[in-house]
This record gives sequence, structure tokens and C-alpha cells, in this order.
Amino acid sequence: MEWLQVTSDLIHNTIVFATALIFAALGGLYSERSGVVNIALEGLMTIGAFTAAVVTFYADLMLGGSAWSPWIGFIIAMIVGIIFALPHAVASVSFHANQVVSGVALNFLAIGLGVYLTKIFFDGSAQTKTLETTLSKWNIPFLSDIPFIGKAFFYAYPTSFLAFLLVAISYYVLFKTPFGLRLRSVGEHPQAADTVGINVYRMRYLAVMISGALAAMGGATITLTTTSNFSHNTISGQGFIALAALIFGKWHPVGAMFAALFFGIASAMKSVFQVFCVTDYIPVDFIFIFPYVLTILVLAGIVGRANAPAAIGRPYIKGNR
Amino acid sequence: MNKWIHIFTKESVLIPVISTLLGLLIGAFIMLLGAYNPIQAYLSLIEKAFGDFYSIGETIRQITPLIFTGLSVAFAFRTGLFNIGAEGQFIMGSLAATIVGIQLDLPWYLHMPLAVVAGGMAGGLWGVIAGYLKAKRGVHEVITTIMLNWISLYLSNYFVKAYLSEPGQQRSEFLKESSWLSLQGLSQLFDNARIHFGILIAILCAVIFYIVLWKTKQGYELRAVGFNPHAAEYAGMNVGVNVMKAMFVSGVFAGLGGAAEILGVFHYLTINAAFPGYGFQGIAVALIGGNTALGTVLGAVLFGVLTFGATGMKFGAGVPVEIISIVIALVIFFVAAKGIVKYVIQLFKKEKKNML
Amino acid sequence: MEKDNTVVEMKGITKRFPGIVANDSVDLIVKKGEIHALLGENGAGKSTLMNILFGLYQPDEGEIWIKGKKEVITDPNYANRLGIGMVHQHFMLIDNFTVVENIILGAEPQKTLKIDYDRSVKKVLDLSKRYGLHVDPHVKIEDVSVGMQQRVEILKTLYRGADILIFDEPTAVLTPQEIEELMVIMKNLVQEGKTIILITHKLKEIMEACDTVTIIRRGKVIDRLAVNETNPEELAEKMVGRNVSFSVQKDKAKPLDTILSVQNIHASDNRGVKALNGLSFEVKAGEILGIAGVDGNGQSELIEVLSGLRKIESGKISLHNKPVHNLNPRLISESGVGHIPEDRQKRGLILDFTLRENLVLKSYYQPEFNHHGFLQYKEINQHAIALIKEYDVRTPDEFTIARALSGGNQQKAVIAREISNNPDLLIAAQPTRGLDVGAIEFIHQRLIEQRDKGKAVLLISLELDELMNLSDRIAVIYEGKIVGMVDPEVITDRELGLMMSGGKVEREEVE
Repeated sequence: MEWLQVTSDLIHNTIVFATALIFAALGGLYSERSGVVNIALEGLMTIGAFTAAVVTFYADLMLGGSAWSPWIGFIIAMIVGIIFALPHAVASVSFHANQVVSGVALNFLAIGLGVYLTKIFFDGSAQTKTLETTLSKWNIPFLSDIPFIGKAFFYAYPTSFLAFLLVAISYYVLFKTPFGLRLRSVGEHPQAADTVGINVYRMRYLAVMISGALAAMGGATITLTTTSNFSHNTISGQGFIALAALIFGKWHPVGAMFAALFFGIASAMKSVFQVFCVTDYIPVDFIFIFPYVLTILVLAGIVGRANAPAAIGRPYIKGNR
Repeated sequence: MNKWIHIFTKESVLIPVISTLLGLLIGAFIMLLGAYNPIQAYLSLIEKAFGDFYSIGETIRQITPLIFTGLSVAFAFRTGLFNIGAEGQFIMGSLAATIVGIQLDLPWYLHMPLAVVAGGMAGGLWGVIAGYLKAKRGVHEVITTIMLNWISLYLSNYFVKAYLSEPGQQRSEFLKESSWLSLQGLSQLFDNARIHFGILIAILCAVIFYIVLWKTKQGYELRAVGFNPHAAEYAGMNVGVNVMKAMFVSGVFAGLGGAAEILGVFHYLTINAAFPGYGFQGIAVALIGGNTALGTVLGAVLFGVLTFGATGMKFGAGVPVEIISIVIALVIFFVAAKGIVKYVIQLFKKEKKNML
Repeated sequence: MEKDNTVVEMKGITKRFPGIVANDSVDLIVKKGEIHALLGENGAGKSTLMNILFGLYQPDEGEIWIKGKKEVITDPNYANRLGIGMVHQHFMLIDNFTVVENIILGAEPQKTLKIDYDRSVKKVLDLSKRYGLHVDPHVKIEDVSVGMQQRVEILKTLYRGADILIFDEPTAVLTPQEIEELMVIMKNLVQEGKTIILITHKLKEIMEACDTVTIIRRGKVIDRLAVNETNPEELAEKMVGRNVSFSVQKDKAKPLDTILSVQNIHASDNRGVKALNGLSFEVKAGEILGIAGVDGNGQSELIEVLSGLRKIESGKISLHNKPVHNLNPRLISESGVGHIPEDRQKRGLILDFTLRENLVLKSYYQPEFNHHGFLQYKEINQHAIALIKEYDVRTPDEFTIARALSGGNQQKAVIAREISNNPDLLIAAQPTRGLDVGAIEFIHQRLIEQRDKGKAVLLISLELDELMNLSDRIAVIYEGKIVGMVDPEVITDRELGLMMSGGKVEREEVE
């Protein structure tokens, strides 16, 4: 029954890895659907991971090892994510900056600030102290008792359940509510939205802030479920894979979720491959490359076609002649 | 005299200068929050960067790759392309130079140029992938170059591990000395700093950059395609081919940078978990230099001094070196969001008026 | 008493943009239940004034009174609340949203958190029935005709309860028949108690449908007249500021050999849909052939095919009896074709290039300007200076970037470049779109001059008047085919319109 155990592990690892990607990809979704390119997902995740590590550590210290401390870290990470995303909104919405450049700057800032502050808080150490308390897994009663697959799907971190819940909520918000219709209209044809009285700037600000919250939550899940601390390479490329998932998922929440799961499998396969010595034939580096190659193929129309929101990346200048 | 005043009050000069000052100012503020002395920190930065011949040599070493990647990004910008992929092209250049440096055995006058050319070509061809996808498939180069960056990182790691590795080390074996760009005499002049011949290649590239874009028929076409591909097509230019050419040249600049870094400084290629970062800094360098040849060189000098000097801040004032990443990020941010800087300039102008 | 039925009063409105005063102390009074025309040339300031009324711009000076109350209209939302709606010239519709989504956007009926689509559709259909504006609520905008898009725009304003409707150049994209329908719709709306402000530069429409007209020239109000007390000549003179004759002076054409021959060509548009469907015609030396048609019947594709920007799937195009189809644009240009593109800012010019660079856009690679790959700026300068003088391009110097020039001067630069290459065939697509009367006259003269020099001129235009005045023959294009060849001296607007919308006309065609 070894393969069953392996499969169960595979599913479990996939979900853990995909959770962070789903959060961040949903973050990218809101921003890009409103017409603001967000390559700062990486930086937002970094800030989220950092904040969660630091806040949880100190909360734990104060509360004396409470199970609530990771949640405090998680919530504060979300709030800090919102604040950290604000400069991107200010630059790209109010000051019509190049959104890609602004994103690059934010990525730089996040890693710089994260490590700089870590050194200040932890006596010059380049990584935060390992957390005593992290998030613990939830057991969904009955469902997790289903043989084999029960443990794989229904014994997981609460953040994973939250991520899937957010996919459903995002779908509802974007495609069923007035807010969603307006947000999408701003990303497609801001001037048209403006003429029916939708405040383009406000919608884009909101979208970028939501984006910050979600991406930071994604980063936080990595420290709180996987690494237990923060250092310069806690987030190394997940933000960009999330961006890839968003594109691969054709700017749709459900699509992005499947793409994230797919990339999650690719990553989880690594350990399976190692077990079965497949890595002797397929180097790990190629497994890392996989999501990026796939994204290029998707964009090139070789694997389906993706259409970005029409006004993406274009600053809206009110009353422009 | 008036001409000089005119140059210094021109927006293209004023905005980068004020952005830099703002970046340094906010950096100082952050240092104050951490109870560090910013004045001492900046003084030790300058001391570190220019203190003696060795430091100057090392600062120039730090500036060299930034000129290459800055030119790479700037050249692409001029043709309407946003090359975020200088990072990956840089890595591919390093890889190709390493392969040539290790695998071939030639006299230096062949080996060294060949390694340099291989690096440039590898970077160029890596750039062409994005150019091709843009030209033939209409895929935006920002996304493809981001993806290609990561692909190149892992590809390079794979090659080092599989074919070039030094047993027991996280790096390749040493390149043959015949391929090195290092110049004994030059190094000795700077107290054995790792300054190398690459700086001359970099400056030559800047000159070529200027001549190609502004003096040649090819440059006219590239700029036309960059500003307005529809009009370029209408005028009988082949837009797709020009996009690929532009990405090739852009990639060559970055690839040469990667090659120079290996051939001139390290003489081996390491297995990297993260990017060296020159490509991303190249974006900043190009932006602050207004995508001109001279501006890019000056931008590279600025960022080279900041990054190399940063280690001095650690010893001189105890400030973590990451403060410089923060300052650089802020500078990029302000240059990108010109509006903010203009706003600040307006504030100053108003103040002045009020005082009068 | 008269004050009571004034619904809109704008007093002393001034709006400045960098470099120009778009509105200079403008007064406008609109009465309830009238169709009020705002007449002026392109760039006179009509749209700016209406954008101020609609809350898109803020005036620098002046007051606005709506229904007797002084208002500061801060944004379109507020304008909506005051009952002001606008039908934009460039439709403000989202391509991949459905008709109903476009209409309800910003004022969505809700069922708890959700959009109530059932109620939305019902509301739209009710309005559609009441005002006779037929639309299909469930299709996406990208799949509906221009006429329906305009009806969606009108419904958008009605849905928001507008009783003051601003129509911004609504007929520019319509056929004569669609224009007639629109006039009926407007009269219906007025009967239902709405007030309409019609922005236009077409005198015919004003005489036909409007009650009052306010004339604007260079940002200033010139006059306000009752339509039944004026005539087109007076209006034209006030609009332009001098006596103008809209008919062009020209001799009878003396057509010679066939220059361009297009035989049975087929081609697809960008979406892969068939755009040219077995289209054939010829243009002779010494004549102007006009192509008339409703926008979107294959004109753009025809122009692109002729200039090498689009491939044909079958058929034949020959120039001087030599096949030129599917050659690249440069080869076609070198075989003697000049092309004034329909969108000068998109194709005709590189706006960020200097004027001198733009003037060699098609010849920079010739030995005259290029030695061994290096550009010869001295020659390029001389070339530019000569053309600027000959074509009266108003610019500070040849180093000015094209973006800084006015529309008319940009177009003059394009024409200078295209004619200076001495082409045998000149394709002029919408050559006067958006220009003022002075520039229009200049360009028309140049086209006739080319004809009189024995060149072939192909004129593609959406302006019927322009086609009627300039062409020696008119070919009517409909659904990618030439459906008739007519003599402008004989055919009437109405008959031409009928042919443009696919109808048959009994009158015999010219060969």
C-alpha cells in the first residue's frame, strides 16, 4: 500500500503548496481585473511572511504559547499587506506611474525592508526566531475518516480551507455583485465606467488594497504552515508563480485555483520523484521550471488562449483629451 | 552659464536627482527609527566607496554589470519593449561564458574574446525568445521575460550541477585562465581590486548604444517601431523583425554583462537559489538615466556606489546593508511615479515664492 | 414666463486647456421640450462645453443653472441625478459585457447582495418598447451592429431617468436611413417630454430636426437662432466666420488608362470574419473614384489590402497591369502608391518623432537619406524645410514633434509626404476627418490637383458630401462588395443611402 500513502502525501503537499498560491493569485486577480498590473505579488507575499513571523513570535511570547498567536500574526499580516500595497495604488492610480516599474520597486522594497527589520528585531540575525506555535491542522469530522482520501483532503491547515472558500467568494463577488461588475468595467473601459458615475480611482485603490491583503495572507501561510520563520528566501518565486497561475487560469478565480493546484502538484511531485528515484532521470531543476514554461505556452496560444482585461496596465487620466 | 542652469532645471535631470535625494532622505529617516546615525552611515558609505584605490577599483567593479543591464533595459525601452528579462539574459551570458571558459582550451587571444562573444550571443538569443513570442504570437514581453528569468536560473543551476560542477562545492570549477577578462596590471593599479577589462567593454557598449539608436537607419526603424508599431508597419518596416532585433541587442548587452562578471570577477559560476539582481537593478538604472546612454552610465555609477558602499555602513554605523535595497527601491518608485516628484518640486517652488 | 421653461442655462463658461481656451465665456440657454443644436466646426469647443455640462470637466469660470437652480456639476453621477444624460460620439460601451450589463452598470438593481438580472432585463425591455429602441439584452456589445450600440447608449441615459439628453455627433457613424430613424427617435423622445441637445456640424440635420441653434466658433458663442428663421447659408457663414461655398470647383475629369484594377478579391478582418467578398473596381488616371459605404462594410480592410497591410485570400490587384497583391507595404509604395491613412495618429505619423523624421517615414532608407546605414540628417532637414513651406505646415520648426501640431497641420504633413513621393495612385482615406473648414478646403484642392496632373485618386470617405463634391465616379461598398457604380452628378443622397444599406436603385449605373 506504499503508493496509496505516497498519493495521500502528494495530495496533501499539493494543497499546502497551492494554498499560498491561491491566496496570492486571487490577490492578483482583483488588481488586474481592475486594470492595475500587479507584479508586486512577490513583494506583498514577502511582507506578509515577514509580518506573520514577527507578530506571531511576539504574540506567542506575550500570550505564553497560545494557539491564537498564529491567527493574530495572520490577521496583522493581512492588514500590513493592505498598507504595503498602498504605494502601488498611489503611484499607478493617482500618479499614472508605469505599473510594472512600481511593482518592481515594491518587490525590492519588501525584501529590503523585511530583512532589514528582521536584523533590527532579532539582534542582527538574518532570520526570525523559529516559531513555537504555528497553525495546526483541522480535522473535518466524518469526512476525514474516509479511508485514504479522507486524510488527504480533509485533514489540512485551516488556511487551506479558507483559500478555497475565498475562491468561491471571489467568484460570487466578481461575477454576481454590482461591486464586481463595476470592478471589471474599470479594468475593461475606465472611461465608460467614469461616464456612468463609477469612481475609477476608488475602485482601483480598493482592488489594489484587496490584492495586498490576499497576497500578504498567502505569504503568511508559508511562514505559519511551512517554514516557521522568515528569512530572505522564504518567498523565492511564489509570487511570480501565483502571477503565472493567474494568467494560466485566464484571470478567473476558479481557473486560477486549478492552475495553482496544478503548479502545486508539480512542486509536490518533487518529493514523490525523490522517493521513486525519478530525479535520477528528470532533474529537480526541470520540475521547478515547469510552471514557467507552461505559462509561456499558454500565452503563446499553444495551450489555450488567454485574454487579459482590455485596459490592463493603462493609467486612467480623468478628463484626458 | 545659462546653458548649465537650463540643463539642471530640465525635468529629465531634475526628476532623477530629486528622486535620489528623496530616496536617501527617507532611508535616513528609516535609519533614525532604528536608532542609527544616518549621517555617519552615509559618510561611511562614501568612505567605503572612494576611500582608497582598492575601494575605487571595487566600486568600478560593482558599476560594470549595472552599465550592461542598464543599457539592456534602456535599449528595449527605446524600442517600446519592457525587458524585465535582463536578469535571465545576464544569467545565460554567465552560463555560456562559463561553458566556453571551462570546456575549451585555446590561447588567450582567442579564448577570452570567444567567451565574451558566447556570453553576448547567449543573452541575445535568450532575449530573442521573448521577442519572437511578442512578434509572432503577440505575447506581452513583461510576462514572458519574467518567466524566462526563472527558467534561466534553474537551467543554469542544472548545467552547473550536471556538467560543470566542482565536486563538493555549490559552484562550477574554475574557468581556464586564458579566458579571464581580468587584467593583472589594471588590478595592481587599484591595489588588487577585482576591477577588470569589462568596464571598457561596457563603455564601448554605451557608445554603440548611442550611435545605433540616433545615427543609423536601423536605429530609426527601431525607434519608429517602439513609438508606434502601426505607423512603422504602414511605412513598410517589418515590425516583428525589428522587435526581435531589439530584444536581441538588449539581450546581448545583458549577456555581455553576465559574461564579464564571470570572466572578470569570479572565474566560476555558482548554484544560485536567488537572482544576482543586476537585471532588476538595470531597470532602475535605465529609468533614472532617462533611457539615454550617458544617463544609464551615470545611473549605474550611482547604484554601483550605493551597493558597494553599503557594506561600509554596516561597519561604520552598524546599519544592516539592506537599507540600501530600501533606498534603491524608493528611488525606482519615485522615478516611476514622476508625479510625486513633480508635486514635491511644486511645493518647493511655492515655498520660495512665499519667502520672496 | 419664458424663464420657467428654461431647463439648462450656462452662463459665462470658460475652460482653458494648456495652450488653448476651449470655451471663452460661453452662454447657452436650452428650453424644455426642444431639440437644441450646438453647431460648430471641429475643435470649436462644443464637446468641451457639453463635457462640462455632463460633469466630466470643471469650468474655470461661469455658472450652470439646471431647472432654475444653480448647480456645481462635480461628476457624471451628479449630472445623472439632475437628469442629464449623454450619448457619446465614441460609444462608452464595454465590448465583452452584454447589452443589459452595459445599461445597468453603475445603477444595478439588487436582490440582497446579488445583481437582479431578471429585473434588469425587464426594465430594459420596457424602456426599449416605450421609446421604440430595439435591442437584444443578452448579446455582448462586440457582437452587435453600430446602430444597436447607439440605441444601447440612448437606453443607458433613459434607464437613469435622464430628461435632458446630449447627443454628441450621433450621425457620424450612421447611414442616411439610420439617420432618419434617429431623427424619428429624437422627435419621439421630445414628445415624451425630454429635452435634447444635439452637437453637430451638419447643417442638414439642424434644418431637419432642430428648433433652436447655438453657433460656436473658436470657443465663443457667435449667435443663437430659431431654426425656422434661418437658412443653411447663414448658418455656414456663422460657423466658419466667412463666406464658404461647400461645393468644390473642378473641371470635368479626363480619365485615361487604368492605373489600378481590383478583381474579385476576398479577405478577412482581424477576427477572421470575411470582410471583402469578391470585390472589384478600377481606377483610371485622371479621375477621382469615391468609395461610399456605411462604416464597417469592408472599407478599412480594402484600404489595408491595397496598401499591403492585409493579405487577400483570392482575387487579383494590379497596378499598371502588374500584380501587386500580397506584396509588402514597402514594395507597393515603391511601385507608385501613396496612401493617406484613415487614422493619421495611429498610422500616418509617429507622434513622438520630429516633423523632419516623420517626413521621411517612407523614404528614410533611400540613398538620398541613407549612406551605408547611416542617416544623412542634412538632407533630411532640407527635405523637411522644403515640404513644410510648400504645404504650408504651421510649425515652429522641423525639429518639433508631430504631437505638438494641430490636427490640420498633422494631416498636411502626411499629405506632403505622400504626394512628394510622386505616386501614380493616391489612396486618400477619410482625409478630412476632424479638420476645420480651412484645412478641408486645402486638402480637397490638393486631391483635385493630383487628378488634374493625370494621377489616379481613390477617395474613401464616410462623409457623403465630400464624396459627392470630389468624386468623378462613386462606387458603393456594401458587405465587402461593390454593389453599384454611380455618377455623383445624377444620383441623390437618398438613393445613395439606399444603396449603402443594401437596397437596389433603379437608376442606371455608369460604367
